[in-house]
Amino acid sequence: MFDIFKKIVTTGIVTETYKAAYDEELATLGIEIKHRIDKQFSGSLAIRQVDAGSCNGCELEIHALNNPFYDVERFGIHFVASPRHADILLVTGVVSRHMQTALLRTYEATPDPKWVIAMGDCASCGGEFGTSYASCGAVSNVIPVDMTISGCPPTPLVLLKSLLTLMEKEK
Amino acid sequence: MSWKITFLQQIVEADIFVKSTQISSHIELCQIDDSHWQQIAQIAKANQLRWAAGFAVQSGEQFHVHACFERKGAYLLFRTTINGAKPQLPSQATVYAAANRSERHTHDLFGIEFLQHPDSRGWTRHQAWGRHEYPLRHDFPVSGTPAEITPPDTSYHFVEAHGVGVYEIPVGPVHAGIIEPGHFRFQAVGELILNLEERLGYVHKGIEKIAEGRTPEGLAKLAGRVSGDTTVSHTWAACMAMEHAAGLEIPRRAALIRGIFAERERIANHLGDIGAICNDVAFTFAFMQMMRLKELWCRTNYELFGHRFLMDKIVAGGVNIDINDAAGKFMLIEINELRVELAQIIPAIDLSSSLEDRIYTAGYLSPQTAELFGTLGFVGRASGQNFDVRRDAPYAPYENVKVKVPLETQGDIASRFWVRYKEINASLKLIEQFIAQLELLPEGDLLAPWIIPDNGSFGLGIVEGWRGEIITYVEFGRNNVISRFYPRDPSQVNWEPLEKAVLNNIVPDFPVCNKSFNCSYSGSDL
Repeated sequence: MFDIFKKIVTTGIVTETYKAAYDEELATLGIEIKHRIDKQFSGSLAIRQVDAGSCNGCELEIHALNNPFYDVERFGIHFVASPRHADILLVTGVVSRHMQTALLRTYEATPDPKWVIAMGDCASCGGEFGTSYASCGAVSNVIPVDMTISGCPPTPLVLLKSLLTLMEKEK
Repeated sequence: MSWKITFLQQIVEADIFVKSTQISSHIELCQIDDSHWQQIAQIAKANQLRWAAGFAVQSGEQFHVHACFERKGAYLLFRTTINGAKPQLPSQATVYAAANRSERHTHDLFGIEFLQHPDSRGWTRHQAWGRHEYPLRHDFPVSGTPAEITPPDTSYHFVEAHGVGVYEIPVGPVHAGIIEPGHFRFQAVGELILNLEERLGYVHKGIEKIAEGRTPEGLAKLAGRVSGDTTVSHTWAACMAMEHAAGLEIPRRAALIRGIFAERERIANHLGDIGAICNDVAFTFAFMQMMRLKELWCRTNYELFGHRFLMDKIVAGGVNIDINDAAGKFMLIEINELRVELAQIIPAIDLSSSLEDRIYTAGYLSPQTAELFGTLGFVGRASGQNFDVRRDAPYAPYENVKVKVPLETQGDIASRFWVRYKEINASLKLIEQFIAQLELLPEGDLLAPWIIPDNGSFGLGIVEGWRGEIITYVEFGRNNVISRFYPRDPSQVNWEPLEKAVLNNIVPDFPVCNKSFNCSYSGSDL
């Protein structure tokens, strides 16, 4: 037990400070849902992540958001276990045809008002997999998408800044 | 190689004609007649060969079906040719459990019927294409003819259990955590798991089909996305297969850099998963510390090489980024720092009695069951399967370093935990040796000029990814274009042993059992 306390104390706090994206960055993120989010969700976002056909790369970076460097929960952003608890669906991967109905049902199960973020190149535009007999391609081919975050995979920093930009109150 | 002589002798005694050619230092190609397909498997089993991979290739009106066996680092790639009009073949799944899902996958995508197969259900196909359509056949267009909305697959017949107090728990495809989609069907009494059936295929993205027609550069990129956490090793296996097909030798420096990247990938995943196992039993201290170490490790990847997971750094013919002296020194310092950190954290974790309570004896996979399924990687090595491609069928740069392979026979979650911890230490030593060797070589020699492979030439790439052995088959068509790509991720093998390891455990322990295997869904569904 002593070893644990010693390590905790000597490690200290590694959590870093981050600010929301600057305005020009904001423009490149293509966010139009911000005004609505400001009104209804200031200070708290409940996110349900859905892997619709990802290679698992994006999931690794979402996991990283919960590590002590980024510590995403301090911003009021938390990942929830059910779409019924969610404000936002964070969808990764192309939508494989075998996941199409599951994604549609998850979308329907999420209460209004809700928003969809397509995370990563696959979810945003089809990426390396595109559209085929097995893949519907980008998420927007299946459900309405409000915001995209590009990258293969997007780094946790890009992810965090994008989410913070959503959260920041309009000045 | 005395076993090989006995094995081949027994084949001759059984009146089976084999035409064999050595295609690389570790791989022999054996062409046989289709009527002996099952018999070969029986003789292989009697000689303790491991069934490693199975796949088909269409050639005009015919199919070449392959089964890859291994023993003591020597690979035998059996191939038979069958007529495309009514493609049938005796099943090897009757002999080898490991062939079960692989043959069902081949059936769903090629329409090859495996006679006497113990399981008549489909595997990879849900409802995205018709029952009598086969996507990997040449006449099937890559776009297919999908419905506007692909319906869910409700026809899959799960095993049922009856009895007082027996109930079913369906889980997925969308899980409660941040993980990949798949369906698990539990039968339970109280908290006890009576049976688990996996139903995968949800993230089938048509990887094998969309690989066709790609250039070597395009295939390397695709291979890097077969399973995102294994991007380095999958790209390596695909590039090795392409180089094998082209008869190309990569520069020594490129091989060393590949080795460093692959070991860095192994360490990153082991660090993260050791933490995640602790998280699944609510031991937050260990989770946070290990995630912190993983983050630092990934940041170094980003600073030195521009990508946190080292995606797209390996290309056909070599690598596209050098490791200079300064980067090498930086990594050596980081290795020492990691050792110090682990020397503080791991003993603190080890002393935790509540962790011990949860991970010892839970998720037990016996060495016998592990052997039955040909279980790979750290899961196999925690259950007495003494195999590692890097040591037993070494490829550059592993052929002149000593690869230490930790082995345990305890077979529980704790065993997998400790094997992975020991593998971190072994990998750190390997990186140090590779960096030392790099310093002796001139900088910049990274890429061998590409040789365009002949039409029909093929290659196998076999590497030890962090999950275990990856076997990748690549065949070229005309004009430097890929005509067939099949990556056999270790998960395709390791998913089935998981079904056995959770038996008689309690349902709430499933997440930690699952995490201790950490099989890839994407790498399995393709």
